[in-house]
Amino acid sequence: MSQVKESKVDQYRRSFLAQSTAIAGMTLTSGVILNSVAQAKSADQPASDKNRWGLLIDANKCSTGCNTCVTACHEENGVTGSGNPETDPQWIRKVKLTDKQTQKVQTIPLMCQHCAKPPCVDVCPTNASMKRADGVVLVDKHACIGCRYCMMACPYGARSFIHEPTTEQIYPRGQGTVESCTLCVHRIDDPNGPRNPACVEACNAEGHKAMWFGDLKDPNSEITKRLKEYGGVQIRADLGLNTGVRYQNLN
Amino acid sequence: MKTIQFTELEGRSAGFFALMAILIAIIGAGLVSALMMHGEGHHITGMTNRIVWGTPHVFAVFLIVAASGALNIASIASVFGRTIYKPLSPLSMVLSMTILAGGLAVLILDLGNPEHLLDVPLTQFLYNSEPARWTQSVFGWNFILYSGFMVIVGVYLWFSLVPQYKKYAKAVSIFAFVWRLALTTGTGLIFGFLVAREAYDAAILAPMFVVFSFAYGLAIFSLVLIPTYVWTGRELGEILVKRLKSLLGIFVAASLYFVIIFNLTNFYSAAKSEGIQSFLLFGNNSYSNAFWIGQILIGGILPLVIVYYPKIKARFALMLAASMVVIGGLSQMYVTIIGGQAYPMDMFPGKKVESIINDGGIATYSPTIYEVLLGLAGIGIMLFLVVFAMNVLRILPESLADKDVDPHHSA
Repeated sequence: MSQVKESKVDQYRRSFLAQSTAIAGMTLTSGVILNSVAQAKSADQPASDKNRWGLLIDANKCSTGCNTCVTACHEENGVTGSGNPETDPQWIRKVKLTDKQTQKVQTIPLMCQHCAKPPCVDVCPTNASMKRADGVVLVDKHACIGCRYCMMACPYGARSFIHEPTTEQIYPRGQGTVESCTLCVHRIDDPNGPRNPACVEACNAEGHKAMWFGDLKDPNSEITKRLKEYGGVQIRADLGLNTGVRYQNLN
Repeated sequence: MKTIQFTELEGRSAGFFALMAILIAIIGAGLVSALMMHGEGHHITGMTNRIVWGTPHVFAVFLIVAASGALNIASIASVFGRTIYKPLSPLSMVLSMTILAGGLAVLILDLGNPEHLLDVPLTQFLYNSEPARWTQSVFGWNFILYSGFMVIVGVYLWFSLVPQYKKYAKAVSIFAFVWRLALTTGTGLIFGFLVAREAYDAAILAPMFVVFSFAYGLAIFSLVLIPTYVWTGRELGEILVKRLKSLLGIFVAASLYFVIIFNLTNFYSAAKSEGIQSFLLFGNNSYSNAFWIGQILIGGILPLVIVYYPKIKARFALMLAASMVVIGGLSQMYVTIIGGQAYPMDMFPGKKVESIINDGGIATYSPTIYEVLLGLAGIGIMLFLVVFAMNVLRILPESLADKDVDPHHSA
């Protein structure tokens, strides 16, 4: 028993050292790695409800005509289509908003809002739509029967049905199932610690810096601090879904 | 009243085989369409990521709603003691099961991944650490309600047909009646629970679907009963036909009442009145046409006139009115299901919304032949199964002449 414990301690030490080195190196070079090594988890560790991953988007910084976040997301996740926007999967899309009274124009990226009380999960008859303990809403492709009831229930039109055979795949996708933004869950689960989703990374690289990713339960995270200081709104807040994606300067 | 003799269809005539061949062809065309949808993907249909439920759902939900209504004849006879309908009870039970089978077949064949249904009981119910979570899904409830309906009505039929179990039939009939109310309530709530969409999100959808089911189920029942008796040369008296006709009139009137209340309530809300309500009712589009011409005129007002206008021969009036109710029912489902999705969700009040998927605009939808054939296959399956059941089970009275069904009838 003690041997097992010791070997686990060694394992954690090794993994800690490896993560620290990697993080130190990557933080110095690009600054994209999120803060804490403590949040790193191994592949067999379940997601923890100590975290709640979310996004904050500043509508004033989101550039009209820029589609970088969309391209980055779809490249990262291998989301391809045949060129018909109505049937192609759209994990994230740019939405142009024009105020009917003032004519003020804003654009924002819209994706799965990773609700704390997701209607898509409530209506799913097979438990394929699910929410992880850390707030990430996902679809289990092996359990999805393709009934699309979750798409009917989603208030954000954030889910896509795969209308055509999938060819090249980076992550498991299947014709006839439903999919949506995973908040780049593979990056969250990175053994070296959570990394920014592709959309945020691309937005930063482009210099717009309109998106922040982080742990909404961590009082010291950038996202929480910004929300505390400047506030943030939820889309369709009236539904009381407590979304994990918040927007600033959306007016 | 004489003892009613139930007999099977002979099923040897050329007409019978021709009918079965046509039905098999209709079912076959639907199956080929479904196979193509699964091979090529749903992009060969008119469905998109905005209109996620298309024409197959119009047929499927219509049939599922009608299924519970078709059981009404048996319920009226057994639960409410109207013995004149008793001879029609077995057909009512069988038809309710076959309509449901047709509707469910369409629903299942339209799934993106129907084969995953086979894995679901194992992966999600037996080995899932949270087996209770699916109970939040009204779709999940409906799986139980649909399969339960088949079992309960099957037992009800069995008890009704086997003399030594007849004494238990009454108790089962009450259970079946309650279950059918639950089933249609569940179907209505599939839409009623969609809080994000303005066209739905209303508790009245559940009782409204129950009332619709009375009319749709009786209409299909009449459309099966009359041709069966005409083609097989069995007697069908005026008394029953007139009763069915009046009953259909009452159900159609009750449906119209619910439609009026539902729409008036929606008009009371400023947001809905200027948005979804104007679009569906006064948008001068396929949905407003389907509403006024299909649902209200053909499916509501004209059948009422026909069934209560005394100068039209009862049998013809019932056939005509029932056909119109079916057209009205399909129109209603088209408006409810597709129209309800076509109108954009109001995510950003006070803003004009534009995006690659036309977030702020009306979603376009044109059904393709594959969807229509799959939907029609549901009707084909329903008819094939009911004719097959008539052929192997003694569910059809030898005669439904007035003297045989009404104890007070004097020739």
